[in-house]
Amino acid sequence: MSVIYLLISISICVAIGFFIAFIRAVRSGQYDDDYTPSVRMLFDDELRTKPENPVETKQKQI
Amino acid sequence: MDTNNCFHCGLDIVKDEIIFEARHFCCNGCKTVYAIFSENGLMSYYDFENAPGATPSGGSKYNFLENEQIVEKLLDFNEGDTQIISLQIPHIHCSSCIWILENLNRLQKDIVSSQVDFHQKKVRITYNSSSVSLKEIVDLLCAIGYEPYISLDDYGTQKIKTNRSLTYKLGVAFFCFGNIMLLSFPEYFEVNEFWLDQYKNFFRGLIFLLALPSFFYSASGYYVAAWKSIRAKMLNIEIPIALGIVVMFVRSSIDMLFNYGSGFFDSLTGLVFFMLLGKMFQIKTYSFLSFERDYKSYFPVAVTRLKTDGLEESVPIYEIQKGDRLLIRNQELIPADSILIASNASIDYSFVTGEAIPVSKKSGDKLFAGGKQLGNAIEMEVLQPVSQSYLTQLWSNEIFEKKTSANYKSITDTISRYFTPALLLIAFSGLGYWILIDINIAFNVFTAVLIVACPCALALTAPFTLGNILRILGRQKCYLKNACVIEQLAKVDTIVFDKTGTITTSSRSNITYEGKTFSASENEMVKSTLSGSNHPLSRMLYDFLPEAERLRVAFFAEISGKGIEAKINGDSISIGSADFIGKPLRKDSLKTSVHIDINGNYFGHFTFNNEYRNGLRELFAELKKNYELKLLSGDNDGERPLLQKMLPAGTQMVFNQMPEQKLQFIENLQKQGKNVLMIGDGLNDAGALAQSNVGISLAENVNVFSPACDAILDAGEFRKINSFLQLSKNAMLVIKMSFGLSLLYNVVGLSFALSGNLQPLVAAIIMPLSTVSIVSFVTIMSNFYARKLKIQTKSEA
Repeated sequence: MSVIYLLISISICVAIGFFIAFIRAVRSGQYDDDYTPSVRMLFDDELRTKPENPVETKQKQI
Repeated sequence: MDTNNCFHCGLDIVKDEIIFEARHFCCNGCKTVYAIFSENGLMSYYDFENAPGATPSGGSKYNFLENEQIVEKLLDFNEGDTQIISLQIPHIHCSSCIWILENLNRLQKDIVSSQVDFHQKKVRITYNSSSVSLKEIVDLLCAIGYEPYISLDDYGTQKIKTNRSLTYKLGVAFFCFGNIMLLSFPEYFEVNEFWLDQYKNFFRGLIFLLALPSFFYSASGYYVAAWKSIRAKMLNIEIPIALGIVVMFVRSSIDMLFNYGSGFFDSLTGLVFFMLLGKMFQIKTYSFLSFERDYKSYFPVAVTRLKTDGLEESVPIYEIQKGDRLLIRNQELIPADSILIASNASIDYSFVTGEAIPVSKKSGDKLFAGGKQLGNAIEMEVLQPVSQSYLTQLWSNEIFEKKTSANYKSITDTISRYFTPALLLIAFSGLGYWILIDINIAFNVFTAVLIVACPCALALTAPFTLGNILRILGRQKCYLKNACVIEQLAKVDTIVFDKTGTITTSSRSNITYEGKTFSASENEMVKSTLSGSNHPLSRMLYDFLPEAERLRVAFFAEISGKGIEAKINGDSISIGSADFIGKPLRKDSLKTSVHIDINGNYFGHFTFNNEYRNGLRELFAELKKNYELKLLSGDNDGERPLLQKMLPAGTQMVFNQMPEQKLQFIENLQKQGKNVLMIGDGLNDAGALAQSNVGISLAENVNVFSPACDAILDAGEFRKINSFLQLSKNAMLVIKMSFGLSLLYNVVGLSFALSGNLQPLVAAIIMPLSTVSIVSFVTIMSNFYARKLKIQTKSEA
């Protein structure tokens, strides 16, 4: 049963790991703006390559 | 896409439709923005949202950004080749906006990156100042319809760091609470097992260690608040909370140390966590709104000064001195009281008075700070520096110095004034009783009382109720500064309204015509003439007149501040003020009017009446039942008879009030023991709004302008004021009911405690049970009341 020392120590360590991740997330400002990132992630990366072939852009629009 | 709406901005196409690349636009500005996007392959802008754009406003107002000193004060970060600026852009409203603003480097290569904060309506742009200037960036933003709002407020102010300590505390509290709960489970269920005895010390040691951060860090705010209130000789809710937490910690530590039991660390950390959660919930901020605005938010950073040799230069506004000559262009704000020199001016005082119709001024007239010039550029000579101008002087009143929350007692504090002594009395009488029987039990009872009576549920009631109401009101476009405002709203017994802009709409004016009727062709001529003018009166009149063919205008001249002249098919038309047409000014014409003259024949005049808001009469009638109503106005009493007819009898009306007089009026009411709600809109109400118990600022566009106040209400929701007041009263009722409920829990807990049987398990059950039930009770009740009122407003609308 002494394995319980090991198990609990591991579980606490994992919890502390997540806790540190949380602190870092707050510190980096992730909790300051909780709306814009949710919109930003929906923008497609491929849209950014469009200027290279403007003809295609127009066709898509029509 | 609907062909009747502009592809870019979505407005109805009323005048000349412009077709470009098979799309319809309402004006050249919109077409230009579209062309910019289409050239640069940014067409996806129109995919995210239909017609997301704004019409760019012509002309650059940002010449001052060429001044290095000014730019430096505006920047967030400035070193070497990297410059960072945060710009407030009121137009940000949808995902297209985010997309285009974050792809600014497509339009201007030297912008390194840009990031939007949607809630604050801000964009943070990183650029390289050696290759692109801030002015070029701002001009670019203007060109695509995202005009930034740069005011004196941004100038040289320290950027405030966001305070994240509550988030940290909450995170720590949750971490400790969750882990302690898990580690406590064995003790709850297996009381006398062999393995528990064996590992008990390990578990308890861990629990103790985990409780430390919660006790010392997360709960620290409560000790500070309790200490402050003791020093201020006030009994507020923080005292029993802090006392409960400390006693709980000490008792639990002793229990553990001497192996009496497992202690109450689970309840302790749970309590801290739930209370911080309540605090978090209560803080709902509308970060895109500002409740602390003073004149600085309205004023530009710099103005154009004319040097003696006639050259123009941009100077920071604080450097303006008496005798300086300033050049104010179209749409620019007059920063200081001054005298108009040369040419006529048409000044829009809507920031100051809420009055939409501009006032015309002649050379030599005095201009007050806060007005906006419409039309040609004007020259003026400064009479007073900015800080001593008539309008800005209002802010030197002491009311803007002090914070009103200090002398205000919340409902929770009122209750805890009785709660705390009662609690201490019970604790000591329990101690007194048991001390005669058994000293050990006596000590246990004493601590148990303080633990179980720790007013966790009591402390949670107000934050959750008020936080919920705050959100409900926010959805109805009534934005409160903080939760305390609700309590103050509930206490209001006198309501003071401002007249202009508050009970009248400034956006819509009611136009009446007196004079000869127009024939169809004359109507065509008048309308065609008006279409050339950008003056607000011309536009209103243009929209008012019936649809007509557009005629070719052979000659057109706009005389700023006076009127317009035009020649169509050989007929000459003059439209403008009375003296422009050559008519003597009538004595009774206090109202704004526009006169028409065709070929020297006087036709008549259009009068612009103020229009009262929809439902004003009904609102006043409802409010009259419960409140004392007053009307304050800076205007003359020309509309008194009309208002007396419209408003319920007994509504006091005071006219010709200067801003300071408005403030004093409120102060006098308060001296009579009234709780005053002031509803106003313009800068001239700022003093009264600050002095009143609750100041609500009515705004046609909540994003842009509102003076310092406690709440900002969308002007479209004006009719609902009575419902909002009712809701705040109901919120207080909910709080009182749940106080009763939480006292019931306290009685149950106390009966355990006093009989000396408080097991940690009982505490661990009562505490979350009371918390969860109280929180759900207040949430359900406040939603119930809100729904009841919402239905009411809907059926009446």
